[in-house]
Amino acid sequence: MTSPATSPLESFLAAPVEVDDDVPRPITSARSRADKAFRGALRSAGGAVLVITGLIALFLVLRATSAFRKAGFSFFTTKTWIPAANRFGISTLLPNGVIIAAIALVIAVPVALATAIFVSEYAPHRLRRPLIALVDLMAAVPSIIYGLWGVFFLQPRIIGTARWLSEHVAFIPLFKVRGFHSPSSFTSSTFIGGVVVSLMVIPIIASISREVFSRAPIGEREAAYALGASRWGMVRTVVLPYGRGGMIGAIMLGFGRAMGETIALALILSPTYGLAWHLFENSGNSIAVTIALRYQESTPDMLSALMAAGLVLFVITLIVNALASVVVSRSRSGMQTD
Amino acid sequence: MTDTLERQTERMERIDAPGIAEADAAPPRAAGALTRIVIRSVSAASCTALFGAALAAIALTWVLYERVLPLSGALGFWMCTYLAFLLMYAGVSRTQVPGRVVVDRVVTVLVASAGLLVLAIVLDQIGYVVFRGWDAIRHENFVSQTMSLAGPLDPLTSGGMLHALVGSLEQMAIATVVSVPLGVFAALFLVEVGGPLARPVRTIVEAMTALPEIIAGLFIYAFVVLSLGIDQSGFAAALALTVMMIPIVTRSAEVILRLVPGGLREASYALGASQVRTVFTVVLPTARSGLATAVILAMARAVGETSPVLLTAGFTSGMNADPFSGPQVSLPLYIYSYVRFPQPTMVARAFGAGLALMVMVLVLFALARLVGGKTPGELSKRQMRRMQRVSGPAVESRAVTTDPQLSEG
Repeated sequence: MTSPATSPLESFLAAPVEVDDDVPRPITSARSRADKAFRGALRSAGGAVLVITGLIALFLVLRATSAFRKAGFSFFTTKTWIPAANRFGISTLLPNGVIIAAIALVIAVPVALATAIFVSEYAPHRLRRPLIALVDLMAAVPSIIYGLWGVFFLQPRIIGTARWLSEHVAFIPLFKVRGFHSPSSFTSSTFIGGVVVSLMVIPIIASISREVFSRAPIGEREAAYALGASRWGMVRTVVLPYGRGGMIGAIMLGFGRAMGETIALALILSPTYGLAWHLFENSGNSIAVTIALRYQESTPDMLSALMAAGLVLFVITLIVNALASVVVSRSRSGMQTD
Repeated sequence: MTDTLERQTERMERIDAPGIAEADAAPPRAAGALTRIVIRSVSAASCTALFGAALAAIALTWVLYERVLPLSGALGFWMCTYLAFLLMYAGVSRTQVPGRVVVDRVVTVLVASAGLLVLAIVLDQIGYVVFRGWDAIRHENFVSQTMSLAGPLDPLTSGGMLHALVGSLEQMAIATVVSVPLGVFAALFLVEVGGPLARPVRTIVEAMTALPEIIAGLFIYAFVVLSLGIDQSGFAAALALTVMMIPIVTRSAEVILRLVPGGLREASYALGASQVRTVFTVVLPTARSGLATAVILAMARAVGETSPVLLTAGFTSGMNADPFSGPQVSLPLYIYSYVRFPQPTMVARAFGAGLALMVMVLVLFALARLVGGKTPGELSKRQMRRMQRVSGPAVESRAVTTDPQLSEG
């Protein structure tokens, strides 16, 4: 204790200097119990999504085991689908689905990218929001409506073109139609299925790439104009390179969607079990279509076979879509550099 | 006359694309003369080139395609016309402007026609369904009766789709009630909590958004129907729709919640609010409009899905208002089942249901545009009025200014 004669200042100066006391106070305080519970609830909701995905895989695997055990490796090499006779496999179902998806992408990618460029770069400013809504609406049209429209509206109008191609460009084997040609030999083909699926894929690719395009930095756009670029020159040298990652991801997502499309194709195709590489013949099939058309004849064995096919489809689309989302998000994060 | 017109367009095009002006030898003009720069110009010559090329292409294709060559089919006709139009437009433009501007013009036509094609397809689908569906839906009994007493050969004056309408609404309601809280909570987890679990959850959610719908049906069939022993019913169908909806709701809600300005959260924390309170009184109300849009769009997706319902709902031609027992049909399933009948009346019924489904989707879509489309924090007119009433006119100027963070989204 200091004597009462000294002033407060002197006593302060006389006090020993404590150097080690300079510890920063903790910035975060302990969370309240309500907060902890709340964060726990949110975390479990996030976890629930993972759990659902896991459950899908688990139950498909459980139900598919007996089919896999019975068929063994021949599941991947058998062409036909006769579970009763124990001969079933996906060696043509899977490629036929890929063929349909490929036709869909060949048509959808140019149209969708052009639409995206139009909406984000060329359209007048006040038309932009209605156009975005239009693309969203196209994505919201139910696939059963696409199916009805494809069978009753598109098919009669597309037969003439298919017939002309198959008769005059038949030296390309893809376009050849075997057997006698009548109008009905061009219906229900892989080609028509691919065209209808392409319409469903267009809005997916268009909306993602539009979003990516519209984020191309304004400074580089103006730089391109200042160097004398025309509008297309600017798009080609600034917007497209900038959105490349997003475009690739969008196309992959579109592929995943095309692989999984079911109902429209179930209405259009006439399922065959050969490789459908004559695109204009009555043909075409895919895993999803087989499941939709055959689940009713369900003895447990047949059902197990369908589950096995569904598992393959699930794994493929999950991988493709996850890769696509990684590609898209990476291209997004790279863009925040301006 | 033509000469002056040509020179005028030439000048305009040169202004349109300044780089070209130097490449081509410019006609002698007073150096330093000031001309107003017009970024985008529509001249008489460019319009004439466009419409002339279009007319010429239609005429030429009609002669060749319809009269000379043995071709048929509307699609082929329009594709040939389009090709001829592009070639002619490029040719005509080449006589007016230099090469790079020709490329620019042709590309403009290409991308604009892609936009028009999308518009045409959507309008055509809606129009065609209305056209074919009107036959059935104009009969009053179509919306007030079920198919329990009508056979495939009965005329359109008996039987209807009431049971499918009820089923669709009930299944959509159940799926919404289950999936929206879960989806929004998962989105809140991604935005507000984060951590090492967030990245896999986000990737899986994005992958599941494009999950083949038939897989959702197959999963519920394997899990609920086969393993839990619950029969095919409206509830099982709603669960399949839930599996589809959760990732969709989560993804779009996450995008919306990310737009909530961080400053609002920080202000709430600075006032001493806990995280629960911040989320429920600041974050969610701010994003209300966008969240409503996300939910309604997900509902529109769910009501139109066929394949999840196909495996899980079963089929009945009569009314079943109880989703928990017995098969329950919904509109997409009704369409899918009846369109495959050979009788024209059944196909007409399918189209009638298609029209009803399309109307439901359009109404939901319009509703989503109506309530939503606003970024978080943007006030509607009514909210603005209320705010002024509460805190006096002084607040007006502040309410109008948008947060700089918002415009980035």
